[in-house]
Formats: sequence, structure tokens, C-alpha cells
Amino acid sequence: MSELLLEARGVCKHFGGVKALTDVSLTIGRGEIYGLIGPNGAGKTTFFNCLTGLYVPDGGGFTFDGQPLQADAPQKAAVRGIARTFQNIRLFGQMTALENVMVGRHVRTRTGVLGAILRNRATREEEAAIRRRAEELLHYVGIADRAGDLARNLSYGDQRRLEIARALATEPKLLCLDEPAAGMNGAETEELKVLIQGIRKDGTTVLLIEHDVKLVMGLCDRLAVLDYGQKICEDVPAVVQKDKRVIEAYLGEVPENA
Amino acid sequence: MDTFLQQLINGIVQGSIYALVALGYTMVYGIMGLINFAHGEVVMIGTMVSITVLGILLGLGVPMGLAAVLALLAAMLVCMILGWSLERIAYRPLRNAPRLTPLITAIGMSIVLQNLAMIIWSRNYLSFPPIIEKVSYEVAGAHFSNVQLLIVVLAGLSMAGLLLLIYRTRLGMAMRATAQNLPVAQLMGVNVNRVIAAAFIIGSAMGALAGFMVGAYYEIAHYQMGFMLGLKAFTAAVLGGIGNLGGAMLGGLLLGIIEALAAGYIGDLTGGFLGSHYQDIFAFVVLIGVLMFRPSGLFGEKTGERA
Repeated sequence: MSELLLEARGVCKHFGGVKALTDVSLTIGRGEIYGLIGPNGAGKTTFFNCLTGLYVPDGGGFTFDGQPLQADAPQKAAVRGIARTFQNIRLFGQMTALENVMVGRHVRTRTGVLGAILRNRATREEEAAIRRRAEELLHYVGIADRAGDLARNLSYGDQRRLEIARALATEPKLLCLDEPAAGMNGAETEELKVLIQGIRKDGTTVLLIEHDVKLVMGLCDRLAVLDYGQKICEDVPAVVQKDKRVIEAYLGEVPENA
Repeated sequence: MDTFLQQLINGIVQGSIYALVALGYTMVYGIMGLINFAHGEVVMIGTMVSITVLGILLGLGVPMGLAAVLALLAAMLVCMILGWSLERIAYRPLRNAPRLTPLITAIGMSIVLQNLAMIIWSRNYLSFPPIIEKVSYEVAGAHFSNVQLLIVVLAGLSMAGLLLLIYRTRLGMAMRATAQNLPVAQLMGVNVNRVIAAAFIIGSAMGALAGFMVGAYYEIAHYQMGFMLGLKAFTAAVLGGIGNLGGAMLGGLLLGIIEALAAGYIGDLTGGFLGSHYQDIFAFVVLIGVLMFRPSGLFGEKTGERA
């Protein structure tokens, strides 16, 4: 396996008495497409939230890009190079598609309050560069023609693409996609697959939560399976597919004589 | 007809001041869902600082025009620092507290600032020196002064400046993104603390400008003046749809006009039973009416998307 990008060690998260994550450890190599699957409520999104700093884990931690990840503020995860999309799309609905992506550039640009007020040359050049890069990203995900539309007026599939463009704008080393194919039709899912492969080819590691088993199996290099907050399996798709515990988690216990 | 035009002009002048103050309320509310009841006091301190600085500079023999500009700048600077400190000291520690807690804190800060002002500037009415020689113009039987004209023009310019900042700059974009979804804006690397501080600082600067205008317009100031002004500006913000910038501007203008017209006609309508000094009633009639029939205000669709 290639060089390590992310290592999760014994990550735990409880909500009252509910153990959403128990001792989850996994490793993601640079340049991988890594899948995180499991039945509903298995803790996949909780894992994402811990990783991106929305939740503070109750135990364990992450090493990202060679250094420990102080995951206590979302902004820090973004600075370190982790970006994500959401299962329930969370765009800035009242802003245009282009502006949504431009906000994503925020983390990699620096003009402060003073620059914004004085509008000196550096500020104007930086703003022009932000706009250009945002336009490129919209083009990259294939919705350049919707740049001026309010995000909430975009079709469902386009909103998902916009979320990916916005996440890419932060120049992540690791892109976390939370059910990107949810609600997409077959053709859209196929396009999404091509897009994700392209993102990996351009050098970004991808962590993918997905229910669409066909997509996951066809796309991911390796998979981890969560069930009731615990990792029950981690391997290449062909092995995971045949794992008894995984089949049980999804279909219920398999009778001995079946 | 004379009364109508005259009161319309007075209403627009008063309304531009309300609008400036209302923007301070609405920006903070839009971003963090807090009604900063101490904002009226920030405006009052803007007036007080202007008076003090004007007094000192005029005493030193500085010409009036220059003294006025310097006094305004000083008031803005003091208010910006004050607004920033309020957020830093009083509200930031309560960022994740239940909503009622920062609200009560805001009322507390309002009382603290009033008393502080009373200690510094005494409990007497202070007079604001006339900053320009008053010239009166007449249009179709109604009068307006150059001071009034200056207030409307300055308010309009600063509001245009604010809109440019919010809709054309990177900071403004961060502010809008934070207002729409704070946690996601954070994930995009927006420094939310900075955005919130900016909202307080910009709002306070506009409040200081309003404070200077109130002083120059009425030529009198008092440590309690921020209370009623703040309440009315808050009403204006609610009328326009709190959290909505354009709403605060139009709400302010509208409230000023409603108030002035009502004050102009109330005597005739009640046969002299109620006089124009009852004008304060109308702002609150408007507030109650809005809260009953259109709680989201004229331009507010919803109070904001919360994830």
C-alpha cells in the first residue's frame, strides 16, 4: 500500500448511552478511493463528523498527513486539508453557485477586513483569482452553465456536484463524500463515478460513504464496514463482498444450512 | 398638503437614522441570532464622544468643519472598539449557551453602558454644538435644512458602501455564508470569530455615524437617549424582516415616515386630545402589528436556514 494519509486510532463517540462509534481504527493511503459502508445508523456520518471537527471524539484520535489532527474546530480540519460534502445537502442556498465555490476558496486566501475596506491592488487581484478558480471548478464538475443561479434553484444532482466543487475549492488532500449518489438516477451515478475517478487521478484522496453497493464495489480500492458503531471488516471489495459478518449485518443472520 | 410634505421630509431624515441603527441590529442577528440590545447605547456613546471631541477641538481653535470630521472619526473609532469588546467580553463566552442567556446579557450590557455614560458625561442634558450654519430651503411649502440633507446623503452613502462590502467582497461573502449556515462556513475555512467581530465592528461604526447625526440634528444629548432610539431601530429591523439588510434600510425609512406622519396628523384626528408628543406610540403600534400579522417582517422569508 502507498504512503499513509489518514490514520484513525480507536475513535469513540457516545451520545448519552448510545455508542455511535466504538474503537474504530482504519488507515487510508494517499491516492486511494476508500469506502465506508454499513447499514443505516452504523455510525458512518458520525465518523465523518469526528474527522471534520464537527464532533469532538470521546476517545482515540486521528493522524493526518503525518501529524495529529486537533479536531476541535471545523475550520482547523479545513486548513489541514480535509473537505467534505453532506448527506443532506448543505449549500448556501441564497448565494449563487459561483459564490458557493468562492466561499470554499476562503481557507486558501488571506485578505483581511482592512484589505476588504481599502480594496487595494492585492485584494482585487486575489478576488479575481478566487473567481477564476471557482469558475474552473464549476466547469470541472460540469455545471459551469449554472454559475449565476442561486444554489437552491439547482437540480438535486447539480446541487450534489456543487457541493463537491465547493469542497474541492478548499484544495483538500482528503475529500470526504457523504452519500454523493443518494437520490441520483443511473446515468447521474455513472457520471458521478467518472467525476470521482477524475478527482483521484488529479491527486486527491477520496473517502466515500455510500449506500449504492454497485458504485462502491466498482469504485473503491478498499472498504471498511461499520455496524453498530464498530468496524467489522476492512479489505478490498472482492473480499468484503464475501465476508460473513458483512452479509449478516446487511441481511440479518444467515442460517447454518442456507 | 403642507403638513404631509413637511412630515414626509422629517420622516425621511429620522428614518435614515433609524435605518443606520437598524443595520447594526440586523447584521448581528443575521449572523448569530442575537438581538444586541446594547446597540442603542453604542449609538448614544457615539453622540457623547462626538460632543466631547468637538468641545476639545473647538476649544483649541480648530475650525468647525475639520473638528466635526475629526469628532465623527473619533466617535466611530471608539464605537468600533466598544462593539468589538462587547462581543469579545460579553457574547463570545456565551456562543453555545441557550438563546435567552446572551439576550439577557445584552440587556445587562445596555444598563452597564448607560450607567457608565452617566458617570462620564453626567446626568444632565448636553448640548451638541451646531456643526454647520443652518440654511433652510423651501420646496412646495415645506422646509428642509442643509443639516437634514446632509444626514440623508451621508446615510445613503454609507448604506451603499455597506451593500458593496457585503455583496462584492470576500469578507462580505464570508459574512453571508456564515449567516446562512455557520457550521458549513466553518468547514469551508471561514473564521467565524472574525466574521462575527466584523459584524459588530461595522454595525458599531454605522451606529456611531447615526449617533453623530442625532446629535447634530437635535443639538442635544442625554445618557438615556440610546434606549428609545435603540428600541425604535429594533422595531425598524423587525418591520423590514430581521436579518435582512435591505429590510432594515427600508424598515427604518418606513418607520420614520409613519412616525412623522402620525405625529403630524394625530392632533387633527383626535380633535386636539392627543398631541404630537404621543409620536412614540406609533413605533410600538407598528411593532405589535408586525409581530401579530407578519412576524417575519416585510422582506423576511424565513429567519434563516439552520442545519
